[in-house]
Amino acid sequence: MNKMYASSSPHIRATASTRKIMLDVIISLVPAAIASVVYFGWRALSLCGVCILTCVVTEYLCRIVMKRDQTIGDLSAVVTGLLLALNLPSGLNPLIAVFGSVVAILVVKQMFGGIGMNFVNPALAARIVLMVSFPTAMTTWTNTAFQSVDAVSSATPMAAPAGTYSYLDLLIGNHGGSMGETCALALVLGGIYLVVRGVIKPTIPVVYIGVVGLLSFVLGQDPVVAVLSGGLLIGAIFMATDYTTSPVTPWGKVIYAAGCGVLTVLIRTYSNNPEGVSFSILIMNILTPLIENMTAPRPFGSKKSKEGAK
Amino acid sequence: MDRSKTAFPRRPFFTPGGAKVPHRKHTASSESVIMPSPEEVIILMQQHIGAPCKPCVSAGDRVYVGTVVGDTDNYVSAPVHSSVSGTVKKIDKVTLPSGAKSDAVFIESDGQDTPDPDIKPPKADTLEEFLTAVRAAGLVGLGGAGFPAHVKLNVPKDKEIDTLIINCAECEPYITADHREMLENSWAVMSGIYAVTELLGIDRVIIGIEGNKPDAIRVMKEIADNEKYDPKDKVRVLTLKSSYPQGAEKVLIKACTGREVPAGKLPADAGCIVMNVASVAFISTYLKTGMPLVKKRLTIDGSAVKNPQNVIVPIGTPISKVMEFCGGYKEEPRKLLMGGPMMGLALIDDSLPVLKQNNAILAFGEKEARLEDESACIRCGRCVSTCPMRLMPTKLCEAVKLRDFDKMKKYQINTCMECGSCSFACPAKRHIAQTIRLGKNMLRQEQNKQKGDK
Repeated sequence: MNKMYASSSPHIRATASTRKIMLDVIISLVPAAIASVVYFGWRALSLCGVCILTCVVTEYLCRIVMKRDQTIGDLSAVVTGLLLALNLPSGLNPLIAVFGSVVAILVVKQMFGGIGMNFVNPALAARIVLMVSFPTAMTTWTNTAFQSVDAVSSATPMAAPAGTYSYLDLLIGNHGGSMGETCALALVLGGIYLVVRGVIKPTIPVVYIGVVGLLSFVLGQDPVVAVLSGGLLIGAIFMATDYTTSPVTPWGKVIYAAGCGVLTVLIRTYSNNPEGVSFSILIMNILTPLIENMTAPRPFGSKKSKEGAK
Repeated sequence: MDRSKTAFPRRPFFTPGGAKVPHRKHTASSESVIMPSPEEVIILMQQHIGAPCKPCVSAGDRVYVGTVVGDTDNYVSAPVHSSVSGTVKKIDKVTLPSGAKSDAVFIESDGQDTPDPDIKPPKADTLEEFLTAVRAAGLVGLGGAGFPAHVKLNVPKDKEIDTLIINCAECEPYITADHREMLENSWAVMSGIYAVTELLGIDRVIIGIEGNKPDAIRVMKEIADNEKYDPKDKVRVLTLKSSYPQGAEKVLIKACTGREVPAGKLPADAGCIVMNVASVAFISTYLKTGMPLVKKRLTIDGSAVKNPQNVIVPIGTPISKVMEFCGGYKEEPRKLLMGGPMMGLALIDDSLPVLKQNNAILAFGEKEARLEDESACIRCGRCVSTCPMRLMPTKLCEAVKLRDFDKMKKYQINTCMECGSCSFACPAKRHIAQTIRLGKNMLRQEQNKQKGDK
C-alpha cells in the first residue's frame, strides 16, 4: 500500500468547470450569431471568426510572454471574441476588429492578471475603445438583408424617429444595429439557456431590463421599444452578467443591475449618445467591489453583517 | 414559551445555501452484515473530542468484551472498552491521521467474545445516574464528531431545552449507516428517544430525515405516529430537503425549528439538543443490557471496494481487516477515507483501527481519488450561494492569502464549519475549504500569540 493521496476534504467535486461554463456561454450566443448571419450575410460570420481568432492568439501569446500557465483551454477568450464581434457593425473593417480584440485581451484582461482579475468586461471595454477611436466606422450600420430601405447606412431604432420599426421587426431583429444585438428573440433564447443550465441567475437581466422598461415608461417613452432596441438585451443578458465584473452577493446583483438600468435610461434620454448600455455597465463594473463590500450577507447566527467575530 | 414555538413544523424551515452533492447511496438497500471478531483489535485512547484516556490495563491482562481498558478523570472524555475477549498484548503509540500520536491498547482475541462478567444493566432512575451511566458506556456523538454524549446531555441549568432533534439527515454521499440503523433498529431508536426525553423532560422530538430515504421515513413515521409506541405523541418525523449539509448541527436546527444558533454558541442556546440516530438507539440497548459501546455500524464503499456494504464491526478492528471482510480491494486504493467524501479524513494507510465515531470507510481508486488542478477564480459566486452559513468564501480566501486577520474576523471566518460545499461547487476546482481551514488555524495561533504577549 503506497502512494495514497492524503488531501484535505472535500474529496469529491462538482462536474462544473470553467471550460464547461464558457462552452455554455458560447452555445447560448449561437442563436444570436446565426441571426446575425441571416441578417447580415457571411460577412458577419467572418467578423466573428476574426475576433475569436485574434482573442485566442493574443491570450496565447500573452500567457507565454508573462510566463504563466496557458489558459486558452478555458475558452474564455473565445467568449470575449464572440461577444465583441456581436457588438460590432457587420460592415466594419476587419483590421479594426483585430485592434479591438487585442485591446480586449491584452489591455483589459491579461494586463490585470487574466481570467477573473479584470475589473471591467473585456469585450465591453474594447467596444467602447473602438467607439471612441473609430466613431464613424462603429456607427455605420448596414441594413439587414430583408429591409426595404435601400440606403446603405440606416438608423438604428435608437436613433430613428419613432414609428420607423414595428414591434415585430424589433423582436426578430429586422433592423440596423450591431451584428448580434438586433434579434431580441435569439438573445432571450440564449439567456433562458444560461439560466436553465445554471450558468447565470436571472437576477441581473430581469432587474436591468425591468428598470429600463419602467423608467422609460415613467419618462414617457415606449417601454417596449426601449427594451427591445439598442444593445440592452445583449448587454443585460451577456455583458452585465459577466462573473468577474458583477457582484457575487444576492443584493449586490440587484443594486448593480438597477444601477445599470437607471444609467442606461439617463444616458439614452439626456446625453448626446443614442445608446447607453455599454457605458452604464462599464460604470457599474467599476463600482462592483464597493457594492459587494456593502452587501455582504449576514452570516448565519449573527445579528449584523458588519459585526466582528465575538 | 408560546405554543407556536413548540408546535411541530409541517415542513422544514428555510436553510440557506446547500450543495447538490451526488447521493451514491449504493448500500442503502442491503442489510448490515455482522463481522466476526478479528484476531487483534487496537483500542485507541483518543476516540472523542476532549482529554485522551490513559490505559488502565497492562500487557498480559485478561480482558472481556466490555472491559474498560482506558479512562481518565477529565470530565470531557469518554472511557474506552475492549471489543473482544482475550489478552492485552502491548500498549503502544499509534500515529493518528492528524499526525498526532495516541496510546493504544493492542488486544489479542481468544475468539470466544465472552462478555465481561461484571456487566449488568445500569441504574438510571435519575438524570444524574443516567449521565454517569452514559459516560460509563463510553458513548460519544456517533454522527462523526465524537463529542462525549454525557457532556452534551448535561445541559446547564440556565438553558431551557424544548426540543430534541434526532439527526437522521445523513447528507454525506455514500454513507447509509444511519439509514440502515433506522430500518434495522427502529424500535431501539424510539425507546432511546423516550429514555432521553423522560429524564431530560423534553416534550418535543423531531426526527429529521432527508427526503432521499423514503423507506426510512415510512418506517419511522409508522412508529412515531403510532399511539402504542409514542403514547405521549411527542415524536414526529420531519422530511428534510436532500441538500448537503442538511445534517450539520446548526443547519439541522434551523430546518427543524427555524432558530439560528448564535455564532460561537451551542445548540442549547437555541433550546435544542441534537443527537445522532445511532447514539439514541445505542442508549436504549445499553440501558437494557449494560454492554458499553464496543461495536459500530460502518458503510464500506468507494470505487476500490469489491463488495460495498454496511458492516457491524468491533471497534478497534484494523481497517485492513474490515476491507478483507468486504472482499478486499478490486483495484489499488489511492485514497482511503475515514468518514464521508465531503468532510472525511484521508488516511495514509489502512492499518489504523476503526474508531467509535466512524460511520464510513471509503476506498477510492485512482480515477475517483485524483482531484483536478486548481485554476484561477472566475468570481462566479457559487461558493457564496452554496455556503450554508451565508459566508463569503471569496473574501475569506483573499484575507487568508494576505494574512489579514481583521478581514478574516470581519467576514467571520470562525462561523465556517468546514463542510466543504464551497470547494465542491467551485468550477475552478479551488481548495476553498482548505484555505479557510488554514486561515482559522492562523487566526487561532495569532490570537494565542497576542494572549501570550499580554
